[in-house]
Amino acid sequence: MSKKYDAGVKEYRDTYWTPDYVPLDTDLLACFKCTGQEGVPREEVAAAVAAESSTGTWSTVWSELLTDLEFYKGRCYRIEDVPGDKESFYAFIAYPLDLFEEGSITNVLTSLVGNVFGFKALRHLRLEDIRFPMAFIKTCGGPPNGIVVERDRLNKYGRPLLGCTIKPKLGLSGKNYGRVVYECLRGGLDLTKDDENINSQPFQRWRERFEFVAEAVKLAQQETGEVKGHYLNCTATTPEEMYERAEFAKELDMPIIMHDYITGGFTANTGLANWCRKNGMLLHIHRAMHAVIDRHPKHGIHFRVLAKCLRLSGGDQLHTGTVVGKLEGDRQTTLGYIDNLRESFVPEDRTRGNFFDQDWGSMPGVFAVASGGIHVWHMPALLAIFGDDSCLQFGGGTHGHPWGSAAGAAANRVALEACVKARNAGREIEKESRDILMEAAKHSPELAIALETWKEIKFEFDTVDKLDVQ
Amino acid sequence: MPFQSTVGDYQTVATLETFGFLPPMSQDEIYDQIAYIIAQGWSPVIEHVHPSGSMQSYWSYWKLPFFGEKDLNVVVNELEACHRAYPDHHVRMVGYEAYTQSQGTAFVVFQGR
Repeated sequence: MSKKYDAGVKEYRDTYWTPDYVPLDTDLLACFKCTGQEGVPREEVAAAVAAESSTGTWSTVWSELLTDLEFYKGRCYRIEDVPGDKESFYAFIAYPLDLFEEGSITNVLTSLVGNVFGFKALRHLRLEDIRFPMAFIKTCGGPPNGIVVERDRLNKYGRPLLGCTIKPKLGLSGKNYGRVVYECLRGGLDLTKDDENINSQPFQRWRERFEFVAEAVKLAQQETGEVKGHYLNCTATTPEEMYERAEFAKELDMPIIMHDYITGGFTANTGLANWCRKNGMLLHIHRAMHAVIDRHPKHGIHFRVLAKCLRLSGGDQLHTGTVVGKLEGDRQTTLGYIDNLRESFVPEDRTRGNFFDQDWGSMPGVFAVASGGIHVWHMPALLAIFGDDSCLQFGGGTHGHPWGSAAGAAANRVALEACVKARNAGREIEKESRDILMEAAKHSPELAIALETWKEIKFEFDTVDKLDVQ
Repeated sequence: MPFQSTVGDYQTVATLETFGFLPPMSQDEIYDQIAYIIAQGWSPVIEHVHPSGSMQSYWSYWKLPFFGEKDLNVVVNELEACHRAYPDHHVRMVGYEAYTQSQGTAFVVFQGR
């Protein structure tokens, strides 16, 4: 039945607060943590978020009568208390599938975390989680290769991958940089990584780096008899230049390239992931800028959302923090989102920060990368937390070895394999960590020295962003 | 080992992927690793290759994968039989996981020359 046009301003909750609504399997669901301005009722704040992130604007407009807004509008269907926090609450919002372009993470985020975040009636707003419906997931390309294919390509089974970032991260010439890659790989690492800051600066243009690194990778592979790789960073000024670098990496027969998905942007990332799928190239993903967006407990986007978005946009490895190293990250929360990178179904579990059941269907899994301020003493804990489908990266913990990067690499490799062997034999590796490492060091002077070098280094600061539990 | 302040010379070693950096395992240690494969529900597979072909994706199967085999001794006997038949080959133990179609683990038990 047609309605009459009634100009003016209505309260958002009249249209967008629908507590009786039962979400559809095809709806995209979102959980926001809302902190309203004083005196604004919760329902009005929540409805405003639903409206401003979907079809609504501040005033009634005549042209909305040309369509059926009931079909397109987002709806807030539930409000919940945040445990231990009186000023904030959770708003659960359901968005109809047709609001989003197929396969476009860019489009989803433009709607969900667009203008609404600057809305004046809100003091803070944080997107805590998204439940992507299978109908949307099936339109996304996802990881170009995934965990299983990556293991087959790299011939690494039964253990985490071992890597490190080349340091110093800025200022090395191409040839010197390739030398450091060679040292790490001949010492026993599987993979080395361009630092995210390395693109194509005056001190080292990308082509120079790619050529020397390729020589280093091939040489190390020849000498060790194992498969090696280096993440060649293709993040660039323009998409055209990004693809040019990717093509050159392929020409050099390199197995893996790299992209920074937040600074580079989701459109570029999805494009590069598609290129990788087409060209049989593995894709490592860095997450520079994430902490700007995800660290504040009341404002921004939780990293679990950014991780889910990356799995859909495409990447074979994603940085997730280390829990134990120099960078922020709580253990349960981290486990919650690495499940969402690797598993095919993740149930709702508030103790891990997962607000929804998430079915990934046949989407391949993404390796969780632990990197930042970790060293050999952390190895048992890292293996226990991250399991085999991870990539453990020790930068300072490799190059900082008194004998140099090759010996540092060997120390990490020995420690990793000793921990895997002990775990498989049924030992409790976190409890027995000291014994396991000291035993392994008897056969490895490189490990013995590494253990001595880093014995006092700890990063014990309280986590800023904690799970909302009492 | 006491702390050494002098810089050592790290020599590159040729290794055979997982556990390549550990000293050769004792018989008991090998048993533990095979028991782990069986306990995970993976199928034990024995593969061998002449050292010149160690970087190939496909090594030769010894017989067929031992689907459903739960008896540690059967697997150990087969490993030894493979080693006797191909004394100069690398022999590796693989745990094949049907659900992911990946190898849960793979490590070399006997190194050929």
